[in-house]
Amino acid sequence: MNFMDWYRADRLPTIFCVGCGNGTVINCALTAVSEVGWKREEVVFVSGIGCSSRAPGYIDADSLHTTHGRALAFATGIKLANPDLQLVVFTGDGDLAAIGGNHFIHACRRNVDMTVICMNNQIYGMTGGQGSPTTPRGALSTTTPYGAEEGTFDLTALSIAAGANFAARWTSYHVKELTNAIRAGLETPGFSFIEAAVQCPTGYGRRNRLREPEDMIEFFRTHSMLRQKYDRLLAEGKLVPPDTIVVGEFVRRDRPVLGGKK
Amino acid sequence: MRQIIEGSHAVAEAVRLSRPQVIAAYPITPQTHIVERLAEMVADGELNGEYITVESEFSALSACLGASAAGSRVYSATTSQGLALMFEVCFNVAGMRLPILMTIANRSLSAPLSIWNDQQDSISLRDSGWLQFYAEDNQEAMDLHFIAYRVMEDHRILLPAFVCFDGFILTHTYEPVDVPTQDEIDTYLPAFTPYQKLDAQNPLSFGMYATPEYYMEFRYMIDQAMQRSKDVIGKAGREFGEQFGRDYSSLVEEYRMEDAETAVVAMGSVCGTIKDSIDEMRKKGKRVGLLKIRTYRPFPIEEVKKSLQSASTVAVMDKNISLGSRGAVGLEVKDALFGSDISIYDYIVGLGGRDIRKKDVAAIVDLAEKGEGNLFYGLHEEVL
Repeated sequence: MNFMDWYRADRLPTIFCVGCGNGTVINCALTAVSEVGWKREEVVFVSGIGCSSRAPGYIDADSLHTTHGRALAFATGIKLANPDLQLVVFTGDGDLAAIGGNHFIHACRRNVDMTVICMNNQIYGMTGGQGSPTTPRGALSTTTPYGAEEGTFDLTALSIAAGANFAARWTSYHVKELTNAIRAGLETPGFSFIEAAVQCPTGYGRRNRLREPEDMIEFFRTHSMLRQKYDRLLAEGKLVPPDTIVVGEFVRRDRPVLGGKK
Repeated sequence: MRQIIEGSHAVAEAVRLSRPQVIAAYPITPQTHIVERLAEMVADGELNGEYITVESEFSALSACLGASAAGSRVYSATTSQGLALMFEVCFNVAGMRLPILMTIANRSLSAPLSIWNDQQDSISLRDSGWLQFYAEDNQEAMDLHFIAYRVMEDHRILLPAFVCFDGFILTHTYEPVDVPTQDEIDTYLPAFTPYQKLDAQNPLSFGMYATPEYYMEFRYMIDQAMQRSKDVIGKAGREFGEQFGRDYSSLVEEYRMEDAETAVVAMGSVCGTIKDSIDEMRKKGKRVGLLKIRTYRPFPIEEVKKSLQSASTVAVMDKNISLGSRGAVGLEVKDALFGSDISIYDYIVGLGGRDIRKKDVAAIVDLAEKGEGNLFYGLHEEVL
């Protein structure tokens, strides 16, 4: 199968806004699922609420579209009831890091066998652009009209601290790398977390001088730095610009897994 | 001053004029325009309060509870799943007798996911100890906020309140709304004087254990406050009318009920459609009227009984369903009219945003007059 075979053509086009990065991430995920050779009958796509969570509705496989923030708890139930099923969860920064933050850290702690793909657009997109826990300090949103004042979550670091077996971060610009990271996540037993920075020109970009989709993708291209280089610069005591997106694979380990295949 | 503004912005203006000290809310469709506007007002200094961007509705109402217990006037807004997530805190707020005002932009509940309007969300919290007001239009939605604050913060009441207005139908509709001035509202709504608050000089504990010897008395006292609130709402509504010319002294509103043989009973924005439909039916010689319920909690049982006593047929339109039983308003109306020989029929309508048109109201009146009722109206039989 190739990634197009996973789509429910009758549900297209998607509801995503023009220029949205979510479609790219879904393509990467479905390519990775195709590459590892999973069959339709052995995989379940789970999501909560938000733009990213619409993804399973476009995929021709079993899916559970659940309540806001709770996708990981629902997915844990599926996995423990039937460990032979492969679980892929689509989520976003609001869904995963705000209202579902507690489920996130506990699913990592238990190291539940699933792959979680977080489309981090730094905003509540579906409800029209309110500030989220990953809205950068100073960024404008409808609830932070003069700039966000609170600090942000580093979701990848959070997943590692909480116990995930695999963690990687890429962006919607890095299609090949993101696909490979998702594939590595699918192949790693336990909780695999892939954070994908995505452009949201409608909800985020147009309020933050990144009006066009390519403005944000260009930002990803020019502001991403491999973690190896980032670590080296830090070790050398050099300054790293605060808006740097550190990308790459951050952890791959073998902690005990809950809900692994029988 | 009369302005043409969106319903959500009318509510935001009402909140600004009410001078809340703390606002905490989480975005959810179709509530967002209210809280976005409030965030802007706080950021621009038009509203001198704190706006907390919380991580969930559960946190929103929890933060509100804390702020209210600390002695401030507090506001939040939500709908549907957000209100469902607040369920636990809702009971705590009422139990601690904290007068928190929350706007509910009425929306249906999942699953299946629906962002469209019905009143299942607030109705599902009917037993939580919150006053529930339902607005027909945006002017009424705005006005009910001032009245609600007056009533809730009265030391004889001390209960929280929902002001409910229909999601999208009202929240996203532009209407002419008479926006009072700050001076006018300051006259009508004095600053909040907490009955008790968290104060290190005079320590208090909220929400402690009540053993079986005492728990029932707490519930009884909340119920008594609900009963007392009927008079307090009436007085606050009358005084609002005296000051602003829009009278809310009754918990219900009658429309062409004087000689009505058939009465329609409903809550919220659909009442506007029903009034238009009644005008058309009246032109054809039908004696039809509307009884609009403005407060679902406390339920105005005496007013309903009095208003409907001379009708022969009553058709209740419920935008909710107590699954396994009937619509929540229909049950209350039947209770109010218990022992009478009036024929009372309940119609489940408009769930999940299904449109209710004038011809639907007429069709429901026809059904009631034929003695057919207690049904879901307008089902697509072909998909069942």
